[in-house]
Amino acid sequence: MSTIYDRGAPGRKAVALPSLSTSEEELLSRIPAPLRRRAPLRLPEVSQPELVRHYTELSRMNYGVDTGFYPLGSCTMKYNPKLHEDLARLPGFTGLHPLLPPEECQGALAVLWELGELLKGITGMPGVTLQPAAGAHGELTGMLLLKRWLEDRGEAGRTKILLPDSAHGTNPASAAMVGFSVVSLPSDRRGMVDLGALKRALGPDVAGIMLTVPNTLGIFEEDILEITDLVHGAGGLCYFDGANLNAYLGRARPGDMGADIFHINLHKTFSTPHGGGGPGAGPVTVSETLLPYLPVPGIVRRGDRFDLDWDRPKTIGRVHPYHGNFLVSVRALAYILLLGDEGMRAVSAGAVLAANYLKALLQDVYRLPYDRLVKHEFVLTGAGLGEGIRTFDIAKRLMDYGFHPPTIYFPLIVPEALMIEPTETEPKEVLDAFAEALRAIAREARENPGLLKEAPHGTPVRRLDEARAVREPKLRIRFEEKP
Amino acid sequence: MIPKDLRYTKDHEWVRLEGDRATVGVTHHAQGQLGDIVFVELPPVGRRVRRGEKVAAVESVKAVGEVFAPLSGEIAEVNTVLEGSPDLVNKDPYGKGWLFTLRLADPGEVGELLDAAAYEEFLKGAR
Amino acid sequence: MNPYLPHTPDDVRAMLAKIGASSVEDLFSDIPPAVRARHRPLGLPARDELAVGRYLADLARRSTGQELIPFLGGGLYDHYIPPVVGHILSRSEFFTAYTPYQAELSQGTLTWMFEYQTMICELTGMEVANASMYDGATALAEAVLMAARATGEKIVLVPRSLPPPVREVLATYAWGAGLALHEVPYGPDGRLSLGTIPEGACALVVPQPNAFGILEDLSGLKERLGKAFLVAYANPIVLAVVEPPGALGADVVVGEGQVLGNPLSFGGPLLGFFATRTEHLRRMPGRVSGETRDAEGKVGYVMTFQTREQHIRREAATSNICTNSALCALAATVYLAALGPGGLRRVALLAYERAHALAERIARIPGYALAFPGPFFHEFAVRCPDPAGAVARLRRAGIAVLPPEFLHPLGVRDAFLVAVTEKRTEEELDRFVSALEGR
Repeated sequence: MSTIYDRGAPGRKAVALPSLSTSEEELLSRIPAPLRRRAPLRLPEVSQPELVRHYTELSRMNYGVDTGFYPLGSCTMKYNPKLHEDLARLPGFTGLHPLLPPEECQGALAVLWELGELLKGITGMPGVTLQPAAGAHGELTGMLLLKRWLEDRGEAGRTKILLPDSAHGTNPASAAMVGFSVVSLPSDRRGMVDLGALKRALGPDVAGIMLTVPNTLGIFEEDILEITDLVHGAGGLCYFDGANLNAYLGRARPGDMGADIFHINLHKTFSTPHGGGGPGAGPVTVSETLLPYLPVPGIVRRGDRFDLDWDRPKTIGRVHPYHGNFLVSVRALAYILLLGDEGMRAVSAGAVLAANYLKALLQDVYRLPYDRLVKHEFVLTGAGLGEGIRTFDIAKRLMDYGFHPPTIYFPLIVPEALMIEPTETEPKEVLDAFAEALRAIAREARENPGLLKEAPHGTPVRRLDEARAVREPKLRIRFEEKP
Repeated sequence: MIPKDLRYTKDHEWVRLEGDRATVGVTHHAQGQLGDIVFVELPPVGRRVRRGEKVAAVESVKAVGEVFAPLSGEIAEVNTVLEGSPDLVNKDPYGKGWLFTLRLADPGEVGELLDAAAYEEFLKGAR
Repeated sequence: MNPYLPHTPDDVRAMLAKIGASSVEDLFSDIPPAVRARHRPLGLPARDELAVGRYLADLARRSTGQELIPFLGGGLYDHYIPPVVGHILSRSEFFTAYTPYQAELSQGTLTWMFEYQTMICELTGMEVANASMYDGATALAEAVLMAARATGEKIVLVPRSLPPPVREVLATYAWGAGLALHEVPYGPDGRLSLGTIPEGACALVVPQPNAFGILEDLSGLKERLGKAFLVAYANPIVLAVVEPPGALGADVVVGEGQVLGNPLSFGGPLLGFFATRTEHLRRMPGRVSGETRDAEGKVGYVMTFQTREQHIRREAATSNICTNSALCALAATVYLAALGPGGLRRVALLAYERAHALAERIARIPGYALAFPGPFFHEFAVRCPDPAGAVARLRRAGIAVLPPEFLHPLGVRDAFLVAVTEKRTEEELDRFVSALEGR
């Protein structure tokens, strides 16, 4: 694998820039000497064609939703509509500076206000902030809201957050960032929160619970109303991780289930592209209880004008320097407006249909530790397929069949987990082919396990040595080592 | 792979007792569960620890194995060779892969440890 | 109507039959009936693509600010973005992928991450960099949290001259983590005026340049801090010609990478960069790409040092960050590769040259003066008797500067900020001066 630094030659450049009026030397001499750069600055020096060929070559070594099926559990890798890409590139959106006075950015504020209203409606909750830049950022915002609420009530002694053992790792990490300690709740044999364990864990030191609904096994918490009642009864609040909203979009609302805080991953449910790891967006909706604590500024409508509302004396403050990931909000708004109520209902229908169908195609070959009706995803185990065969090997072998592997080794409560989320945008033929590939791999595991242990065979690189990357860290190019 | 002359804990640490000194490492079973060990986090020499307290960590690429003090005492020595060769924990868990030694505060605690037979039983039960 | 759904009625029937369910509604029977009964639709009809396109294009036109000539800064700047950046970003193999969990299918992403980390280290003078944070403000907040973990101390020294939006985000994070912010004043020259370092300090934050556009002198600061972290909040374009904080003892260098090939986007998505020293690698938040070999000995890249991260370490992780700002980091990588060291230096010096030319002309107008004598880069505060009136005059001439209120939290009520980039032309500078002169 060559990097951009392996291309080009000294003096090459890929852009024609304006000239200076004064010489470079003269200008540099005006910067006070102690402040002037003395350190070398080693950046690539390439022509434009070299630049384009290098990154085109890199792109061809990547796999996106546009390349093929990407059933990464809990990530909702659905198709990203192209119209929304064009709309998010309109100069009236991309060129706008966020510190302009509100009267100069009415269009952008309208987008944010309208999206906020729609998200309130979709979640059945009366308050919203669009500032969080990602799901985990939304979680952090939620934990800050909870902390402020407790302080405001003189209940800062409530420091424990209850967390099912199937939770995403971001949940405990977010709780810890605001000083909460985490108490793990075991799942019961159904794969749901164990109500007895919940009752035992509740007490005067509990700040609240963080729940993922449906949970990371893809199972809807059937006792959700009892759970939220119990937590509220014990003086805590209920945080819902909205990573899995795709499972019930347009059919049920967290506000009706007792949620006080809910984060939405716009890049999952509302189809904005994942960008190779980001940017996403993690707006948060809240119940009546938490309205006074929302971040500033709020975005409000006064008549037909939009404005910023700084009048929130109990606010947690800002969590983002401006208004969150605005261009992601533009795409999400376009998605909701295009689909409408019926289209959104069809999203959850398609996602749940696809997940249950794929589960039915696979469960005679792969063990399903929690065999129930699932929502948008399900979890198999790769254990027991063959001597020495691990889920890792199955994942690598799937690449040879042209598929992106599912999420593996998560949730932690399933050994050798394969967490599969097909989303609603895959045709039945693709689901059939994927199931056929996994069935073929199960046969190979018995008949020719070497094929799995050495997979992948057809990718730009073969299996990579991750241990070496830690034992001999190379996290940047070290120029002094270059010949 | 469970030497008879060592004592064990249910957290998969082994202990070699020599007078008021104890050498501590992780068992063959523990290293096998973790896979390729790429990093070992060791406590500072001189730190006083209580039995059951988190004192070290053994990391593979995708997992972290916490190591708890099997007995109370003061950290007397740490195996600094592991900083450069963490894989010794995989290759020789009961020998060159030792983690630290303790100067024991309460030799009476030794009775709480498992012997080889009890640890073997415990492993069977865990499976 | 949902054009992204491929399932025909025949498909649905066949799929339900395989599942053993009689209807799609049956698949939702596990949601408590009471919850389903409470659901209320939005009353939102479906729309066609043309209608949605028209609706949003109309909203995009409605922001009058886009027609103004921007002399706007305050942390985000209007730099030229070479079209080649956008073309490479629109390769959907890049933007429809997610986090490179499966390295063999993600060599494109992992390779550019490695390039990006190298470039950020070069700019900042540091040894390791992560693959991005959400924005400069949250990158700074995470740097301070890291300093607190490393030192075990809880006092953060924060200059009053930090851009207010950045400072506000830092304050929110610090409150959450139980840290205390101590304000460091600025002197008459607009530069940091650091008194005695209090007992219990975990970090000093130094903006480079600060919110007044003035360059700070970092030399000697680390020696005064001792174990407390020197955390620089730097503009990466300025670093093309200004000594990088890493060469002056900084422990962490963070900043807003929007200026590197990313549009203003009404403030998001942005790009937080984060660089530190190797000794702090295991405390660093965020993803990192590292070089390794494959089974055949070929060079390749993987996400590495993952035991720091939330999906493994959970509540003991160095941060909760998962999704980051990858695509914006790719933009920065392509931008820096396109410009090279000479191009980046040119961009920085063009901004410097034009900003100084404008500042000199403004300072000659009666009633107008630079607010601070300290050395500035490409942004400066203009002092005048009626800043609101001056800003209004500029607005009538089709020019936008930040509202003077932006400086109020900094204790400055008689000035406004002006930022200049390489995009501003001679004609635009003339227009600026004429507007203030009242011609």
